[in-house]
Amino acid sequence: MSLSTADLLDYDEVLERFDPVLGLEVHVELSTNTKMFCGCPTAFGAEPNTQVCPVCLGLPGALPVVNGKAVESAIRIGLALGCEIAPWCRFARKNYFYPDMPKNFQTSQYDEPIAFNGSLSLELADGTVVEVGIERAHMEEDTGKSLHVGGATGRIHGAEHSLLDYNRAGVPLIEIVTKPITGTGARAPEVARAYVTALRDLLRALDVSDVRMDQGSLRCDANVSLMPRGATEFGTRTETKNVNSLRSVERAVRHEMSRQGAVLVAGGEIMQETRHFDESTGTTSAGRRKETSEDYRYFPEPDLVPMAPSADWVEQLRTTLPELPWERRKRVQTDWQLSDLELRDLVNAGALDLVAATVDAGAAPDAARAWWVNYLSQEANSRGVELAELPISPSQVARVAALVAEGELTNKLAREVVDGVLAGEGEPDAVVESRGLAVVSDDTALYAAIDDALAAQPDVAEKIRGGKVQAAGAIVGAVMKATKGQADAKRVRELVLERCAG
Amino acid sequence: MSNLTHSTAADLAAKIHAGEVSSVEVTQAHLDRIAAIDSTVHAFLHVDTEGALAAARAVDEDVAAGRPVASPLAGVPLALKDVFATKDIPTTCGSRILENWVPPYDATVTRRLREAGVVVLGKTNMDEFAMGSSTENSAFGVTRNPWDLDRVPGGSGGGSSASLAAFEAPLAIGTDTGGSIRQPASVTGTVGVKPTYGGVSRYGLVAFSSSLDQGGPCARTVLDAALLHEVIAGHDPFDSTSIDAPVPPVVAAAREGAAGDLRGVRVGVVREFTGEWYQSGVLGAFERSVEVLRELGAEVVEVSCPNFDYALPAYYLIAPSEASSNLARFDAMRYGLRVGDERGNSAEQVMALTREAGFGEEVKRRIMVGTYALSSGYYDAYYGQAQKVRTLISRDFERAFGEVDVLVSPTTPTTAFRIGERVDDPVAMYRADLCTIPANMSGTPAMSVPAGLSEEDGLPVGLQIMAPALQEQRMYKVAAAYEVARDKAAGGALINRVPELEVAR
Amino acid sequence: MPNISREEVAHLARLARLAVTEAELDKFAGQLDVILQSVARVGEVAADDIPPTSHAVPLRNVFRADEIRPGLTQEQVLAGAPSVEDGRFRVPRILGEQA
Ligand SMILES: [Mg+2]
Ligand SMILES: [Zn+2]
Repeated sequence: MSLSTADLLDYDEVLERFDPVLGLEVHVELSTNTKMFCGCPTAFGAEPNTQVCPVCLGLPGALPVVNGKAVESAIRIGLALGCEIAPWCRFARKNYFYPDMPKNFQTSQYDEPIAFNGSLSLELADGTVVEVGIERAHMEEDTGKSLHVGGATGRIHGAEHSLLDYNRAGVPLIEIVTKPITGTGARAPEVARAYVTALRDLLRALDVSDVRMDQGSLRCDANVSLMPRGATEFGTRTETKNVNSLRSVERAVRHEMSRQGAVLVAGGEIMQETRHFDESTGTTSAGRRKETSEDYRYFPEPDLVPMAPSADWVEQLRTTLPELPWERRKRVQTDWQLSDLELRDLVNAGALDLVAATVDAGAAPDAARAWWVNYLSQEANSRGVELAELPISPSQVARVAALVAEGELTNKLAREVVDGVLAGEGEPDAVVESRGLAVVSDDTALYAAIDDALAAQPDVAEKIRGGKVQAAGAIVGAVMKATKGQADAKRVRELVLERCAG
Repeated sequence: MSNLTHSTAADLAAKIHAGEVSSVEVTQAHLDRIAAIDSTVHAFLHVDTEGALAAARAVDEDVAAGRPVASPLAGVPLALKDVFATKDIPTTCGSRILENWVPPYDATVTRRLREAGVVVLGKTNMDEFAMGSSTENSAFGVTRNPWDLDRVPGGSGGGSSASLAAFEAPLAIGTDTGGSIRQPASVTGTVGVKPTYGGVSRYGLVAFSSSLDQGGPCARTVLDAALLHEVIAGHDPFDSTSIDAPVPPVVAAAREGAAGDLRGVRVGVVREFTGEWYQSGVLGAFERSVEVLRELGAEVVEVSCPNFDYALPAYYLIAPSEASSNLARFDAMRYGLRVGDERGNSAEQVMALTREAGFGEEVKRRIMVGTYALSSGYYDAYYGQAQKVRTLISRDFERAFGEVDVLVSPTTPTTAFRIGERVDDPVAMYRADLCTIPANMSGTPAMSVPAGLSEEDGLPVGLQIMAPALQEQRMYKVAAAYEVARDKAAGGALINRVPELEVAR
Repeated sequence: MPNISREEVAHLARLARLAVTEAELDKFAGQLDVILQSVARVGEVAADDIPPTSHAVPLRNVFRADEIRPGLTQEQVLAGAPSVEDGRFRVPRILGEQA
């Protein structure tokens, strides 16, 4: 299905007529050893149906038992988001039939989430700070995975049958739901992306999840609605699923705004529905509309007893919170002596963790920053991937920086080494070796090249000997050319002057 | 009449452990009895001959080698309700949808029985998913009451109670959600105990109503029930609702009670358990049993539990609601029956076709009631109100137990009714659980002990004894004292008056 | 309060994934009506100040250590399946997107 441009309203026009309202639901898979309600492992990528037991397979008679570590993670996430922690709460059953859900109900939390009423502050590219309200964070379990066979696309539509793997069924999830985000205007897509980015950084700092959007350990559903400018009553929203990267979050929101704008301007009505984001086209499409609205028939999970985290426990968990991302940014700015702009560039490039890791591996902050924010960011951009997804590690970058600092590599050579690492040619030292990139620091070799150059340009040699030191540049240039740039120009210059002084 | 099949579990255990008789002989005697009469009674859905004999041999080897036996019941045969998962043995819950399903795991109760050296003879018939009071709702045929083959053996655990009354097993396991252990015990003249909720693990017990279900012992004597109780009870980390506390000393209490002294015990007669639905012969037998308790020295007073009147309607909201969710997993995707997987039918269609074909009428009816009671707009008026009734019932119990040690009532309003008599009147069927449901609602323990025969039809009546949570020893003591006194007065155990069954050729 | 129509029964059956027949619609409509009339009595008691009881036992905070336990083998998992392909459960085509 393709969309004609007539189906989309020009973005500027959307903003002239409407105010967008966002609501973001993020599902995070916890990186616990075991599942939410049973002792099965949670490792990604195992053979199908090999990480299951009677409990997560929903076999008749099996019963859940709550993973205490998952509750701990949920409380820590709640605390880091500034939430209140419920002194008493329960799990509830969300009843609906779906083949990837073994019990045909999801054990989740309903009106008694473990954490509620918090906020997350984020900084946009230009330094604007946006405070996003957090409605709730609650615990639930993941579903299994279905593979759709037959039909053209591997998508659910047109498939002849499906194959189910329940390894993921029962993996602990935390669902984090924002309050409605209003007043963002044109920046709604940017805010959506910044929110998911900030949340991801926070969860990473808490060390509670792999936060890999590409592997589904962090998933975002974007609720978008439009209301006429100045109105106070929200419009009908759509919920876009399958938004699997930070970039997609931004694109999906922007696309929904334009699509809804077009529908509303044409006098149409927005259907409250679930939409599917297509990465390849950047568009959303409606799912199969249900004949009747879902009625989940929530009720307290009778197989589990209530949770009542004691104040002592909550306070003890508060002491385990790591330095939070915004605190860390403040500290890094001081430690590395960065201007506001430098810090912002660093953060916007998504390079803070990488630079810090590179510094930890021994590089100077400035050098580490230069590599990631300048050279590697461009590379990531042109490849269309996240900085962290580049096939080079902070310790590899630190090694290259060390080689430069030791004079083993020039900046130009260093870039070639980095290119070699990115091309999969191995560790920096191996690339230096195989590409023959080491600085020619062997003075004997340099003397030979200098003598050749002096012999080739006797008039220049004469000038130098006559005291015209600036004429040395021509000889240095010739030597650099002869050594294919692998010599340290400063050293060559010293040797040329030394040679002509005699 | 074989000695071995008509002995108590305690006697059999003593003889097996002393080497006077082998467990294999005892087991074989019961297997023979099943082969001879079960085509008439139909208590069993599956008989595990090989497994039973293997378990019996293991006990005999221990005895022969002079090793300590695994438990006081090692070597004694038992009939297991087909609602407990048994590894490599079919578990059907009396339902077409689970026909031929073989679990890859053991329920905790199953495991404890095996570890105790108890010989599991097979799996007993039941109302489908334990929904019923007559065992007529089994997809695999009715079970008959050995006292009168035209009558029901109670339900849902009619297979377990009938197997005891037919001398096919000296011990059985049942589950009690609204009375499914006590009501069948009552109408078959046997003993049935619903322990405190959380006293016996539910892990591997196929759920009907999670907040009410409780497995428990069934036997022909109070002491046998107590011995079995101690084998299956106790904390289980695989059941979050399992209570982490010592098992009440029920065997000691049963032995103590058998001395026949109930002085100092305060017994409360619940005023509300009488009225138009009660058969006069049942009330007569109950009054006589209260008289016996008084003669044994108990102080008997009348107590009022006004909210018990609302237990039945609340139960018929809570149980179907939880069931509608618990039974959602039977969807033809991963195990069990699959119907309609053809002509390009979708998964949704196959689920609906399978559930339509695989569930019996009572199960479907309750799923619908539960779906209704939980749906938005009705939740508060139905499920929510029913949960409040639970609170009120628990408060009634608390108040009553402030005044007395145990409460007593008839177990059921009537004796065993005729097969087919109530199948078209669900509400009349539901009344069979009138007296048993309050204990499920509050999670408190309760049991039924034979209280003689009803005057008008000569069928067994049960005396229900209820105790506060985790105070099972109180009711076992009273039950044992009553049992001894009643048997003495009647010149023998009630169970020996079961008519002799015709042995099939 | 209840007066269950055929349409309501059909809606409940859809929610519960039961492909009820036309005859059952009529039968269940009548029976559900009777049952719901009789259980509606719970509305007579239990005022606002009565807390609901969802669990009969007063347990709290029952948690398990985050330790891996052996599960089932793929063979055991698939042994009872109506249909299997490539180590997975094979099921008919799925119409709707996930809720
Ligand atoms: Mg959710
Ligand atoms: Zn598992």
